[in-house]
Amino acid sequence: MIQFLQQLLNGLSLGAIYALIALGYTMVYGVLKFINFAHGDVYMIGAFAGMYITPYVWKILPQGADSSRFSWSTAGGAFAVLALSMAVCAVLGVVIERLVYRPLRERPRLTVLITAIGVSIFLEYFGQYLFGANPKLFPEILPDRVIEGLGDDLILSVNQVVVFAVTLLLLAVLCFIVLKTRIGTAMRALSYNPVAASLMGINNDVVIAFTFGLGSALAAAAAVLNAINYPAYSIDPFMGILPGIKAFVAAVLGGIGSLPGAVVGGLILGVLETMVVGYGSPMYRDAIAFAVLIAILLFKPNGLLGRAEKEKV
Amino acid sequence: MNRPKTCFLLFVALIAALAPFQSAINPYYFNILISIGINIILGVGLNLVTGYTGQFSLGHAGFMAVGAYLSGSVTVFLAPRWLPALGGGAAGETALFLLALIAGGLGAGLAGLAVGVPSLRLKGDYLAIVTLGFAEIIRVILQNMEIVGGPRGLSIPIRPTGLFGTYLAAALTVYVVVLLVHSTYGRGFLTVRDDEIAAEAMGINSTKYKVIAFVVAAFFAGIAGGLYAHFIQFITPEGFGYLKSVDIVVIVILGGMGNTPGVILAAILLTILPEGLRVMSGWEFLPDAVRGIVKNRMILYSLLLIILMLTRPQGLFSSGGKWTQKWRAMKRRGRA
Repeated sequence: MIQFLQQLLNGLSLGAIYALIALGYTMVYGVLKFINFAHGDVYMIGAFAGMYITPYVWKILPQGADSSRFSWSTAGGAFAVLALSMAVCAVLGVVIERLVYRPLRERPRLTVLITAIGVSIFLEYFGQYLFGANPKLFPEILPDRVIEGLGDDLILSVNQVVVFAVTLLLLAVLCFIVLKTRIGTAMRALSYNPVAASLMGINNDVVIAFTFGLGSALAAAAAVLNAINYPAYSIDPFMGILPGIKAFVAAVLGGIGSLPGAVVGGLILGVLETMVVGYGSPMYRDAIAFAVLIAILLFKPNGLLGRAEKEKV
Repeated sequence: MNRPKTCFLLFVALIAALAPFQSAINPYYFNILISIGINIILGVGLNLVTGYTGQFSLGHAGFMAVGAYLSGSVTVFLAPRWLPALGGGAAGETALFLLALIAGGLGAGLAGLAVGVPSLRLKGDYLAIVTLGFAEIIRVILQNMEIVGGPRGLSIPIRPTGLFGTYLAAALTVYVVVLLVHSTYGRGFLTVRDDEIAAEAMGINSTKYKVIAFVVAAFFAGIAGGLYAHFIQFITPEGFGYLKSVDIVVIVILGGMGNTPGVILAAILLTILPEGLRVMSGWEFLPDAVRGIVKNRMILYSLLLIILMLTRPQGLFSSGGKWTQKWRAMKRRGRA
């Protein structure tokens, strides 16, 4: 039972990270009806941005010498790294959309898909050229500690709690943006009907660029949170492929285009993966996502929370 | 006699006449020539799926892996027993090689059927990612099969792949694809690509045509894999990953979807290009940054893909011929 709870906790913290990436896929799908293959690589850029920003942040907010004690400076530093790397990726997302996807908006879907794959490969190999091919160690921006007194074998670290808390905070902010602000209303309008939305005076270009920025920022947050979650986290230019595919599966599982679906899908996939590793074999760790994807596409292609779309002739 | 048949027979006669001179070719150029042949088979095969039938597959290297491993296993495990029975010597070796290639092709074709039937119900982005997933699953299975060496790879003792065999297979691939496209099946492929709903409404079983195109392409990928395995003599599951699939996709896109001569040209160009780039990266007078980028061909490939899609989605080698018109017709109809 304790082992099950432990796997559940680990799975949920992994799932929270998948959920954040999956939100980017699903939001872009909502407004543009296409899958941004390069999203996993934006996540990778987020991790590298965090790594390169950290030394500068530490100059202003020095990390506490005693890592077992809470210090405002360390926490502030971690938050600054998170925020700055989110900002870098938001800009990157908007730039990619402006340069590559916007000129292709009226083109056949296949063209856009191939371009997205091109962008993905470009980010990976240009990343390799820029950052080097060797894996790098992400600095420990928030020293980890285990919370005592939960029971015999149950291990819950402070950082896992931090990951949950920050994810919930980001989800709350996202909910607020999508449901309460003008631009969020515009996003929802666009996902219902882009032509009608533009007839109502919505500037579609601005809304789409904003969506890309928001999704990319969430991917960067996922990258930094992942680094906080796993101590001695190593990053390389190809690290984005697998989380990208898994988050895509999470988005499809929850129903692509549905924001709560992305979160639910991410959590389910994270828990499932941890359980398979815990009770089955680690060998199938990466195959489980594909198995889930194939099953969901065959039996419930609209996902758990997605709405069915009728194809009009 | 019709034109494709004449061309095919002339080409076969040409390579048969040239084959005796293959030992005179410098090994470096020989390597490039064989790679070009293999890439032509892969590109033209995938073009049947992506170009003519409009189904985007990102897992073509998976079928190549099946073919390579199956034919390699035939050679490795059956050769000691069967070679004496086949009479030994060069003739027996050729017969065994042929058998290995056909086994590889059929195995890959079967794998194509197994993958295609469930996944071809999906479209566009989903299909791409599911085919990618299946290719990864094939790779993981191979990695865990101890009998073929698992992650350590399989080495093949003989090297029967020659110019004649490779180009005969390439010519056969082109011939079959051209004939198929101009047959009733070809009408089916094009209809499914141009408008699947209209095709269904006309009573065309779109799944059937998609699966046929997929299986034929997988078969040829298997043959290409067999040729490759018997040429490079050492194969690992890693060599047939996602990036190999992307290589093949780039050949098809660059050549122009549904443009077989273009795809052949692209296969030649993209096989020579890395060699040219390698030479360029040695030029001292270029700035270091440029040399660094040139050294990494994937940066250029990806940029090529993006720029091509932005400016010339019909591919490099298309000049307003009938295929361009077809492309425009497809574009007018909006979403593919």
